[in-house]
Amino acid sequence: MATNVATAPLRARRSVGSYVMPVLASLLLVALFLWLIVNFVKGPAYFTNIAFIGLTNGAVYALVALGYTLVYGILELINFAHGDVFMLGALISASMMITNFGVTTGSSTGFLVIAIIGSLIVTMLACGLINATIEFVAYRPLRGAPRLAPLITAIGVSFILEDVAIGWKQTGYTAVPNVLPRGNVFSAGGVSYTWEKLIVVLITVPVLIALVYLVQRTRQGKAMRATAQDRDAAAMMGINVNRTISFTFLIAGALAGAGGLVYALYFGQVRYDTGYQLGLIAFTAAVLGGIGNLPGAVLGSLCIGFVQAFTDGLRWHSPGSDWTLSIVFSILILILVFRPEGLLGERTPEGG
Amino acid sequence: MKRRISRAWWVGLGAVGLTPARWAALTPVTRRAIKTFVWLAILLILIALFGVWKIAALALAAVIALLVVPAWNRIPFGKYVVPLAILAIAIAYPYYNTHMPQLPIFGPFPQISTMVVMMIFTMMALGLNFVVGYAGLLDLGYVAFYAMGAYMAGWFASNQFANQHLNFGAVGLYQGWSGYHISIWLLLPMAGIATAIIGVLIGLPTLRLRGDYLAIVTLGFGEIIPQVANNGDNLFGTGFNLTNGTGGITPIDGPGFGNWADKHLHLPANYLNAQNFDSLYFWTAIVLVLITIFCSARLRDSRLGRAWIAIREDETAASAMGIPLMRTKTWAYATGAFFGGVAGAYYASYKSGAFPDDFFFNISVFILCMVILGGMGNIWGVIFGACFLAYLDREGLANVGAWFSNHTHRTIDVPKYEFGIFGLILVITMLFRPEGLIPSQRRAAELHEGVHDEPLYDTEHAGA
Repeated sequence: MATNVATAPLRARRSVGSYVMPVLASLLLVALFLWLIVNFVKGPAYFTNIAFIGLTNGAVYALVALGYTLVYGILELINFAHGDVFMLGALISASMMITNFGVTTGSSTGFLVIAIIGSLIVTMLACGLINATIEFVAYRPLRGAPRLAPLITAIGVSFILEDVAIGWKQTGYTAVPNVLPRGNVFSAGGVSYTWEKLIVVLITVPVLIALVYLVQRTRQGKAMRATAQDRDAAAMMGINVNRTISFTFLIAGALAGAGGLVYALYFGQVRYDTGYQLGLIAFTAAVLGGIGNLPGAVLGSLCIGFVQAFTDGLRWHSPGSDWTLSIVFSILILILVFRPEGLLGERTPEGG
Repeated sequence: MKRRISRAWWVGLGAVGLTPARWAALTPVTRRAIKTFVWLAILLILIALFGVWKIAALALAAVIALLVVPAWNRIPFGKYVVPLAILAIAIAYPYYNTHMPQLPIFGPFPQISTMVVMMIFTMMALGLNFVVGYAGLLDLGYVAFYAMGAYMAGWFASNQFANQHLNFGAVGLYQGWSGYHISIWLLLPMAGIATAIIGVLIGLPTLRLRGDYLAIVTLGFGEIIPQVANNGDNLFGTGFNLTNGTGGITPIDGPGFGNWADKHLHLPANYLNAQNFDSLYFWTAIVLVLITIFCSARLRDSRLGRAWIAIREDETAASAMGIPLMRTKTWAYATGAFFGGVAGAYYASYKSGAFPDDFFFNISVFILCMVILGGMGNIWGVIFGACFLAYLDREGLANVGAWFSNHTHRTIDVPKYEFGIFGLILVITMLFRPEGLIPSQRRAAELHEGVHDEPLYDTEHAGA
């Protein structure tokens, strides 16, 4: 009884403020759904096509967002340079396909499959190595420093990588030949799903399954999860923490490389600053899903992909592509301020 | 200067009438002057004997006399003399910069227009230093405050709002002007206060976040504001033109004191019409920087400043000692925003325009780089960092690039790699000298010995 008396005034005071935000949030959500429903009713086929674009964007974001989430889970570090590793991946794969394989729009399908898989492997390896090197050079010496120190070096590395890309490919766009088939997979009543969108998903899903297998079922994955939970305890149990962290960066970089290849194929042009913006969007996706949470990153990426496609594409009262980034960043801010544990609310961020 | 004169000398000196008692009765400065001039006379005679007599020798003698004779060691050297000397050198810069020799790699001395930009960035860096250096909060969206200040100048000192008609002390208006025209002198504090209010509005919900999340949230604001500026020519489809879109707001009025002051006090009526346009902006910028330095130093030593440092060192302990965390952090944010806003408004007036392309993330990192390179929390370090990097940005890198091209016969476009170089500076500074080039002792100790870094307001508990 005594405790009830003591807490009663506290609760009374809390309740005033704690009504406002949920009510506002639910009003916002209701308005959002109304907007989506009206748009759907006005043109169901068009709406579905836009949603397919969102799905495809989300698949690309997922590959990058997973890298953020893996690294955050294990080091609690926002790897600011991750978006630029992704950009380097896109450039590497573009250059592989154009110069090493000599892919053109007229190449045969079998050759294309070989070229894409070959570029995918090389890009994933290269980006994984780049990311692990970044960790070794810029983050590892700062393991014991205040947590803002590695964040600042991460920003520095991000700028360095952008300039590496400028030095390599200049400031203009590098065009990738439009090799993906653009025909319809199926088409019914104005709804059409095209091959290039399916291929993006077909590249993304196996990579995701492999990642989940790696983290959940292998010894190395177990070591990653243990290191994410408690680095000191993991070290005491005989896990080589530094190697595990390096491995995590390797995997994250490889994912970014895969994302880069998919991006280069799907969007057809890459530039030195592609990674900065897309990296921030993917980071938003990771935060939206709950940073440190692998399924959450995928879910968040799909959400952000839909958000982007709908704001860009819908016809009835849509903000338009000018405002897309502002909306994405507003989501980031709102999520961080009001629900930092994300959609799949795990209270403590744990890797894997 | 306290060396004794030996006995043998006193015998000789006594013969000329200078006894130890008389010598001791002289003031210390006179004694030192006599000794110095005797030695200098001997030196000059020797120089004359060996036939290398030059006016330079006399000048050297004068300098030595000036250095040795007055009791410099009694004067608080670091507190007044060095800063005042630097200030005098800076103020006189427009008079001698065209006569300066070429520097080895960097080429000619910076132009006055570059000096103006250096001063403006010094102000911004000092503003960011409140947030990053004193309170230890990483702000990656400082450019938002700069943008806000610039657009304040754009709204209230140009023809932007064509159907309004208000003139409050503005100078240099043409026939048929429209919009709000408020004197820049009034506009600078106005912009600062408006920006500080924005800083508080941004800070209130976000400052409870943990360090790296706060950095990302500020980055988000820093990205949203230029986009609003970019799309603000037709806000929400209503046709209301707030920011004039990608074209930016231009021209913006210049500062000036009006015709009356020009006639009676010889103050410039309108900077934009003056012959020494850049110099006037430069001197005004120096005054603004001096005000910023004064506020920095005084606030750092105040109760509030000590609270900032306490929060930076250990949030939990600071809170336990009764420091209100949110209020203190918000003050740091608002103060930093204030100076960012003033600098932004002044820069907009100097460039005579506010353009959305100026407000990208690069600028935030640029200013952060100044603070980190110079030394977080140290006023002199930040000033050095800001001047050096702003100089590199405006002229230095181009000159270095030209030097490279001349000596290696390969054309390297160094300014193209500007931000990579700044990134490299960030990484190298954080890895090898995290306290910066001119560190504050206290910050250096924290960075080397480590502090209790677990935050009190953890995001895990901050969820609504």
